[in-house]
Amino acid sequence: MSYQASSFDVIVIGAGHAGCESALAAARMGCKTLLLTLSLDTIAYMPCNPSIGGPAKGHVVREIDALGGEMGKNIDKTHIQMRMLNTGKGPAVYALRAQADKVLYQREMKKVLEEEPNLTLHQNMVEQLIIEDGVCKGVITRTGAKYLSKTVVLTTGTYLRGKIIIGDLQYESGPNNQQPSIHLAHHLQELGFDMVRFKTGTPPRINSRTIDTTKMEIQPGDEEPRAFSFETKEYITDQLPCWLTYTNEKTHQYIQDNLHRAPMYSGKIEGRGPRYCPSIEDKIVRFADKNRHQIFIEPEGRETLEMYVQGLSTSLPEDVQQDILRTIDGLEKAQMVRTGYAIEYDAIVPTQLWPSLETKLVPGLFTAGQINGTSGYEEAAAQGIMAGINAARKVQEQEPVILDRSEAYIGVLIDDLVTKGTNEPYRLLTSRAEYRLLLRHDNADLRLTDKGYAIGLIKEDRYQRFIAKREAIETEIERLRRTKLTPNAEIQAQLAELGTPDLNNVMELANLIKRPELSYQDITKLSPSPNELSDEEMEQVEIQLKYEGYIQKSLQQVDKMKRMEGKRIPQWVDYTAISGLSSEAREKLQQVQPVSLGQASRISGVNPADISILMIYIEQGGRTA
Amino acid sequence: MENDTIAAIATAMGESSIAIIRVSGSDALTCVDHIYQGKNKLTTVLSHTVHYGHILDPDTKEKIDEVLVTVMLAPRTFTRENVVEISCHGGLIAVEQTLGALLKTGVRLAEPGEFTKRAFLNGRIDLSQAEAVIDLIRAKTDKAAKVAIRQSEGKLSTHIRALRNDIVETLAHLAVNVDYPEYDADILTSQYVVERCQAINQELERLLLTARQGKILREGIATAIIGRPNVGKSSLMNALTQENKAIVTDIPGTTRDVIEEYVNVRGIPLKLLDTAGIRETEDIVEQIGVQRSEEALRSADLVLLMLNHSEKLQTEDIRLLEKIKGFPTIIVINKLDLPKRIDYEEIRQRSGGKQIIPLSVKTEEGLSLLEEAIKVMFFAGQVDMNDQTYVSNARHIQLLEQAKQNILDVMSGVEQGVPLDMAEIDMKNAWQALGEVIGEAVAEDLIDQIFSQFCLGK
Ligand SMILES: Cc1cc2nc3c(=O)[nH]c(=O)nc-3n(C[C@H](O)[C@H](O)[C@H](O)COP(=O)(O)OP(=O)(O)OC[C@H]3O[C@@H](n4cnc5c(N)ncnc54)[C@H](O)[C@@H]3O)c2cc1C
Ligand SMILES: Nc1nc2c(ncn2[C@@H]2O[C@H](COP(=O)(O)OP(=O)(O)OP(=O)(O)O)[C@@H](O)[C@H]2O)c(=O)[nH]1
Ligand SMILES: [Mg+2]
Repeated sequence: MSYQASSFDVIVIGAGHAGCESALAAARMGCKTLLLTLSLDTIAYMPCNPSIGGPAKGHVVREIDALGGEMGKNIDKTHIQMRMLNTGKGPAVYALRAQADKVLYQREMKKVLEEEPNLTLHQNMVEQLIIEDGVCKGVITRTGAKYLSKTVVLTTGTYLRGKIIIGDLQYESGPNNQQPSIHLAHHLQELGFDMVRFKTGTPPRINSRTIDTTKMEIQPGDEEPRAFSFETKEYITDQLPCWLTYTNEKTHQYIQDNLHRAPMYSGKIEGRGPRYCPSIEDKIVRFADKNRHQIFIEPEGRETLEMYVQGLSTSLPEDVQQDILRTIDGLEKAQMVRTGYAIEYDAIVPTQLWPSLETKLVPGLFTAGQINGTSGYEEAAAQGIMAGINAARKVQEQEPVILDRSEAYIGVLIDDLVTKGTNEPYRLLTSRAEYRLLLRHDNADLRLTDKGYAIGLIKEDRYQRFIAKREAIETEIERLRRTKLTPNAEIQAQLAELGTPDLNNVMELANLIKRPELSYQDITKLSPSPNELSDEEMEQVEIQLKYEGYIQKSLQQVDKMKRMEGKRIPQWVDYTAISGLSSEAREKLQQVQPVSLGQASRISGVNPADISILMIYIEQGGRTA
Repeated sequence: MENDTIAAIATAMGESSIAIIRVSGSDALTCVDHIYQGKNKLTTVLSHTVHYGHILDPDTKEKIDEVLVTVMLAPRTFTRENVVEISCHGGLIAVEQTLGALLKTGVRLAEPGEFTKRAFLNGRIDLSQAEAVIDLIRAKTDKAAKVAIRQSEGKLSTHIRALRNDIVETLAHLAVNVDYPEYDADILTSQYVVERCQAINQELERLLLTARQGKILREGIATAIIGRPNVGKSSLMNALTQENKAIVTDIPGTTRDVIEEYVNVRGIPLKLLDTAGIRETEDIVEQIGVQRSEEALRSADLVLLMLNHSEKLQTEDIRLLEKIKGFPTIIVINKLDLPKRIDYEEIRQRSGGKQIIPLSVKTEEGLSLLEEAIKVMFFAGQVDMNDQTYVSNARHIQLLEQAKQNILDVMSGVEQGVPLDMAEIDMKNAWQALGEVIGEAVAEDLIDQIFSQFCLGK
């Protein structure tokens, strides 16, 4: 019943946010790539909130862009509004967020995939992997097609043994009533993968014709045009607003009265849900003293009246959901067009992966996205591009690309996953990054474009533009360091005009700009630049000089880390043979198999003494220790 | 090599009660120069030379100790960095003070195994000693962990926990402002953060004051006297302390709980623990006492196992001989004044050759031998709690100082208009430093705090 289909370099399973980036990266790196997915109509589908970006996540989108990925470009073309968040705070935490037109986003991504020369797109369900001598050699689909390949990237999201739960109702399903992936889930288990059961949920959707926005606060996009991608030149100016309303005592009372019908509390849900996106019933129980919660009403697109009700994620029965909506200001008459639900699914315990995202168990098999225990489109896309790059590099017999924690949020994300694992769906937060001052979204291109170029995902013309930008910034910084201001009557008068104290001594402009009340623009008033700088270039000059002290502090910490990171742990290390290790450390080390002493030292339960002992053992070349 | 400069007590006390403090790092010479007064500045002398001088407190300029200082320049050293070794003569307190003075000059206290780590990182380690080094690292860290645990039950840790709680609440709040900009939590103001920091700073200063007064140092080597009921443990305790604190009777099971007493045995500070005699028992109160004794045994730095000269070895004795394996132990055979019924050879075999001191508490015969044995063990480095105790003290002081500096940095940053999310970096460092004092894991706490303190999500 099965037949031999064509052969590829790389096969990607699943065209979600991870799969799309994987497939594009591999194809663009010159690999003959096949992308198999359940339905061509749900490519890059957003099963939950119609938005991309925000703190940490927006940083990741910029990083993906700097590596030559698609997410940033795609959302730049298809959003209904964009906002820069945290502008009142420091530059490290500014964050761009877009509201997406979901349908357009999908259509646009599909077109990009279709147009990619090295990429073949096919609608099909993968049921098995082909494993030969323990190595992944291809896949077998439900229709019996056997595709061979050198590497496989698995990005099946929340589909593995997916189960939708609404009140008492439960049925096997992928998100939004897509087909679940049952066979593949069992197959992975048979291969010996350790799996966990996670859960997530989504709120109901409503028809915008049936809501009263006069009772809500308007949330418009920024007037100033914004974009994620370095390559975007056209900006969308016609934006749609979102709306803010609140739950109230009535809502809470109603939910309290119906808690017994919530699967969360009747024990029907076994999966572990994320704390950062609790269902409304969960919020009301855990934060009983809060008398209202925010509800954002967000359009799902330009061509639809469907609105997303952020803040009301729930798995309460359908009738309860409808009634809850009616208690909320402006939603009294809201017509529910989709019912909210919770979904349970299998995920792979991510400590089974190398930092390249290749599985330790089955060489040649890479996994990325929600299957690795994360949550979020951006987190998925980030892993997707890295897995795609590394799957392609493996085909091309090159070393994997691994970003470290000081280089990118993507590095933080993957290192956390493969080193510490996770016991709930993992979401990026700025507080997970120890060097977040270095990992700003304004400098993502400066951090990663060289890498993207070296990998072959950044085209020459873009790279040249990037080099020019970098040089402009460096030249100007150099100039400000060199240029000294001598206190004389004229200068003091100018300073007074800028609202800053007199100079006592000769001072470099690079130091003057550190005064909180002065901006780069002010400095150019005192001493104009011979070169014309773009807004982004000026921003860089200002940030890099103004916060130099803090940036230096972070760099020193990075230096320390780098030395440990640079000490690789050779393959031959046998943790059972190292007698001095504590038993907990031994067990964890064996499980994680860290690639460097740096990674080893981040494993919980491995203390400095264990690290020293490990060092000595390595130094001795494995002779008894 | 770019590396900060670290210091630690390199040896347990030598025979002649000299302790060596080893300093390693590019600034080793300049740092020691700050506290050293001799004929020449150390930065000007030749490598591998020894110099006589004094250590002065960098603040008060008071003399702390008379020392010999060995200067060894990179790369011909153990760590391949500049190394200075200070040999102190003035005993425990002088070593503690010298180390303290050094830490004020910007030197950091080495972590367990850190010299080895550096030697390794700099491409040098004495392979023949690798195994010994491993044992040492293991032992020291386990001890350090023990100290941390012990401390964590005390008052200091209660204060530190409260402080950390304060800090982490603020951190979580800042994080939420950053990660969930639209969430309707109050936005923390600079003024609020500065006020919080002022309060934290005050508390830190108070803690530093107590720590400097050496509360923690006064601990001494935890020495547990264990043994079957009625062998004479309490009597020995009284004899060593020259007090009648422990009740002595001829009724087995007299001591029901652990009694602590500080004594100075030939210049060595001991924290003596008299324990309930260990045996299987039905009496609930005594059972608890026995449990406590077993705990005391586990946390002890030195064990004095007492047996009875005039009785045959009993099953309980044999059990105890098993238990003490792996602990620094002296076997004390009491009641030497009574007829001998015990078999020394058997004890020797069962204990794996541990030192045996026969004595009589009653006649005081052999008591001085025991005191001498304790001293020798201590100076030979077999009991190495000594440096750990005060290193842990110095370490705490340093960590508290560091936390304080971090908090001051937060305040000055915020006052200069640095955005809160940047100043937060220093606040997080303070929180971590305090976490190290009580040996608490740090990484995941903040995230937990965020989600328990705020109701977030879609
Ligand atoms: C109900 C719900 C609520 C969510 N809520 C949030 C939230 O609040 N916040 C948040 O950040 N994230 C949320 N997410 C997560 C976010 O949607 C995902 O993290 C992200 O879409 C994962 O991307 P992915 O590429 O890993 O997988 P997906 O986007 O799920 O894509 C998986 C792809 O694999 C395909 N596939 C599956 N099995 C097979 C097979 N056997 N053969 C071939 N193709 C297959 C599917 O067709 C699909 O195209 C939610 C997800 C769901 C379902
Ligand atoms: N003959 C003789 N008797 C001693 C000696 N040391 C202690 N004793 C006696 O032994 C008895 C028990 O002494 P304790 O010190 O109470 O014994 P203990 O080990 O603390 O006993 P518990 O607290 O019951 O575990 C008392 O009557 C002491 O006077 C000794 O060296 N010689
Ligand atoms: Mg007693």
